[in-house]
Amino acid sequence: MKLKYLRWSAAVLSLILVLLFINIYPIPSLLGWQSSFLARCFFILMICFAICLLRIVLGPTSVDRAVVINALGILIVGFCAILSIPTGRDWYLDIAIAWALQSFIGALAIAKYLEGKGLDE
Amino acid sequence: MSEIIGTIFIVIGLVFDIAGCIGLIRLPDVYNRLQATTKSITLGTCSILLGAFIIKGFTGIGVKSLLCIMLLLLTAPAAAHALSRAADISKIKAWEKKDALS
Amino acid sequence: MKTKITLFIISFMIWMLLDWPLDIQHALIGLLVAGVVIFLTRDIFTQSLRWGPIRTFLGLGACIPFFFWECLKTNVDFILRLLHPKLPVNPAIVKVKTTLKTDIGLTFLANLLMLSSRGICIDIAPEKDMLYLHWIDIKPGDHQAAAQSTVDKFEKKLKMVFD
Repeated sequence: MKLKYLRWSAAVLSLILVLLFINIYPIPSLLGWQSSFLARCFFILMICFAICLLRIVLGPTSVDRAVVINALGILIVGFCAILSIPTGRDWYLDIAIAWALQSFIGALAIAKYLEGKGLDE
Repeated sequence: MSEIIGTIFIVIGLVFDIAGCIGLIRLPDVYNRLQATTKSITLGTCSILLGAFIIKGFTGIGVKSLLCIMLLLLTAPAAAHALSRAADISKIKAWEKKDALS
Repeated sequence: MKTKITLFIISFMIWMLLDWPLDIQHALIGLLVAGVVIFLTRDIFTQSLRWGPIRTFLGLGACIPFFFWECLKTNVDFILRLLHPKLPVNPAIVKVKTTLKTDIGLTFLANLLMLSSRGICIDIAPEKDMLYLHWIDIKPGDHQAAAQSTVDKFEKKLKMVFD
């Protein structure tokens, strides 16, 4: 029981350290927008991607991996939205809309396959 | 002024996203992980898109992000329903808490 | 015919939102593309949607603040559960009754339960009067009282709009 609390506090401490490191470490600004606060934000989303990939490695059944792929499809939409604010290009949101629709259709197809039916019933 | 409010919305969305991803690791079952996906991550991404709309106003980026919010709120529950039904049909048992530990 | 006109208006609005600064050339191409879309999907949407008069849209608009508040409350509660060191979840699969009859009402009920309550909807019984829910917070004492009360509260809002 005490080991559980120890593990929890170690995880919280390491997460806070990683977030502080991301927001303090100086990024070399090549294009001009990379040193703003919003540009730091998508490094936080990259930590989310890493945690999701860890669940793909660990997942015991195949439905787990389908769930994580659905979650990644939703996270990429937010990634494109954050990327479009400092650059000012609006075709990132086009990519986001297309990616959301494609991820939805992919999730439906994987679900139909896992139920054991064909794609057209 | 609008940049500050939009940045606050984006930070709230990032907190929801990180909490949802931690839930993907910590929760013990397919159905619980599906709840973390379809509630926390969807709401966090909608908050990020709303922050983009508040910063940019009624330009191309703002209107497209509003459209994207509508689309996510329509499609995410349908995908979660299909996946949970697939998990039920392929006979995955639901996890239950042991009484002895608590 | 009413279905086709509704579909035409929706697809034209989505086209105009996708390239936002309003323009006469884009509007003309949008009319053409919306016509092509309803020509290509003419045998998919054959059953007619029975949208009621303006009461349906007003009812849906009046429901939005309630569901938004429920969604916010539930998500904050869920996140506090996730970050707690003891992970206080008691999940179980329950079976609750519903009294909504129409298909579109059941669809809205299932989707809103997914987004703004503590459960996800797994399946609907073939007689359309039972919902199988996976609920995250079932105490060992009461079997399904928490789930049933929330579903009743949502149903009372939706019953004014549909049926």
